Amino acid sequence: MVERRPVLTFVRHAVLIAGVALVMLPVYVALVASTLPIASIMTVPMPLWPGTEALQNYAAVIAHGSALGSSAPVGRMMVNSLIMALVIACGKISISIISAFAIVYFRFPLRTACFWMIFVTLMLPVEVRILPTYQVVASLGLVNTYTGLTLPLIASATATFLFRQFFLTIPDELAEAARIDGAGPMRFFLDVVVPLSRTNIAALFVIMFIFGWNQYLWPLLVTTQENMYTTVIGIKRMIPGGDAAAEWNLIMATAILAMLPPAAVILLMQKWFVKGLVESEK
Amino acid sequence: MAAVSLRDVRKSYTSDLQVIHGVSVEIADGEFIVILGPSGCGKSTLLRMVAGLETISGGQIDIGGRVVNELEPKDRDIAMVFQNYALYPHMTVYENMSYGLRIKGFSKEIISQRVDRAAGILELKNFLDRKPRALSGGQRQRVAMGRAIVREPQVFLFDEPLSNLDAKLRVQMRGELQSLHRRLGITSLYVTHDQVEAMTLAQRMIVMNGGRAEQIGAPLEVYAKPATVFVAGFIGSPPMNLLPRGDRILGLRPEHLEPCAAAEATLTIEVDLVEPLGGDTLVYGHETGAGAAEGRARVAVRLPAHAPAGNGRLPLRYGPAQEHWFDTASGKRIER
Repeated sequence: MVERRPVLTFVRHAVLIAGVALVMLPVYVALVASTLPIASIMTVPMPLWPGTEALQNYAAVIAHGSALGSSAPVGRMMVNSLIMALVIACGKISISIISAFAIVYFRFPLRTACFWMIFVTLMLPVEVRILPTYQVVASLGLVNTYTGLTLPLIASATATFLFRQFFLTIPDELAEAARIDGAGPMRFFLDVVVPLSRTNIAALFVIMFIFGWNQYLWPLLVTTQENMYTTVIGIKRMIPGGDAAAEWNLIMATAILAMLPPAAVILLMQKWFVKGLVESEK
Repeated sequence: MAAVSLRDVRKSYTSDLQVIHGVSVEIADGEFIVILGPSGCGKSTLLRMVAGLETISGGQIDIGGRVVNELEPKDRDIAMVFQNYALYPHMTVYENMSYGLRIKGFSKEIISQRVDRAAGILELKNFLDRKPRALSGGQRQRVAMGRAIVREPQVFLFDEPLSNLDAKLRVQMRGELQSLHRRLGITSLYVTHDQVEAMTLAQRMIVMNGGRAEQIGAPLEVYAKPATVFVAGFIGSPPMNLLPRGDRILGLRPEHLEPCAAAEATLTIEVDLVEPLGGDTLVYGHETGAGAAEGRARVAVRLPAHAPAGNGRLPLRYGPAQEHWFDTASGKRIER
């Protein structure tokens, strides 16, 4: 690995560049398609150079959606998606950090049982319990509400587990020192545990935000009104069924728009994100 | 400042597992007490019971005339210094030292006054804005002490505070601890497994073994008159030589043995190890000769630096006043 040979360096870079190109090509095509008028997309082969319709296309989807598919405005969907992703990310983090705190720092009956119950839910993917969950949400009259959209996805075994593992690395003496200093459990939680967990919180926020943003199946079931659609659902609804022509330039513009917020979150929190995954600060 | 008294203090985790078997000691106001013992003897547990970090299964602890058995640590008016310092990693030195006072709701002026004073005593004034991670081991140790000092407690509790430092720093901090105690005069309980720390710091020490206090007394008194075989074999470096003699055990300090002519010898050893230390020389061997039938006990001798010592037989003598006798069955000292 430390060898410095020009040929090796060249091969290494060539492989990496080829890999990046392979991954980036579809994204590039989507980006190009979103700047073309519908007529040029339909030509074969599709031009691979950006066109001039970018402004019109983006303005159109944000305000009116697609004329041929769903006509829900993408602007509204972005807001829905943002609310959903933020509520899920913040909700997951606050609930799981508190439950991990309870499991690690308090002795109560059935403590281990509680931990294992949380842990077991890790083994069931959302799809498996989606029917009963839908039944519950529907009976509570939460279909087409933000509560219905976010609440069932907020509990997180993964985050609880990660926080638990991190809390176990905090030396017991810190809790004891805080007790002697006169800090009660919640004071200790807010003054010591939360500040120490901030890199973990940042890393989880990024992961959970993307998880929330990319939810597909659940919003598909629980939203039936256009004004509650999320962006990811919106893309699907813009493609008319059957043989009808789709406005691919508008659909691609929506796809690019859907990609922006998660990308922005990663870019902004990159430093914290990497720190939280790699470093275990004592 | 306050007197502390422990009356038949016991700790058991389950009905079968008792780790402290009734320790009683009266600690005077301003006294420096060291609890010394091998690892697993219950010394830290005892300290943590005084601190309130462990529940008390039996007996009574009182601080300044107030029974504290059921009190939370914060209400006991104590401060504790931990072995790994337990500083809050995300807070600056100033925040670390002032955290307890802030919780108690002291005004900003009083807090900064107290922290400044403690920082002055401990020479930490230039480090108040740093995080613990940017400090050396000795400095962290000082911050931990500072955190204890600003509370102005009735009792200081130290749980092996110097054992994470290197040898040189340990000696230096030992001196600082001593002068700090002279200056503040606060009752202190200090747990250690290092007998040099115990001998140098303690006004009185409690030697513990297996959850019992084997002996309580001033360091030199404990050294001169160990109350049990365990104390005899634990205190001193190298510790007292213990030679079985029928149903008794004869104890002899290494420095009380001197070489002599074979005819005058009261003890003869077969030397197998010589350690010249510069100031003096340690000679180790097995007891030989008539009295040595049982067990061939190992013997250490402290000789002057240039004493001629080599492998082979070494005849030794000792004065009758230097003999310590213990009962083999009970391990207790037999006074003559």
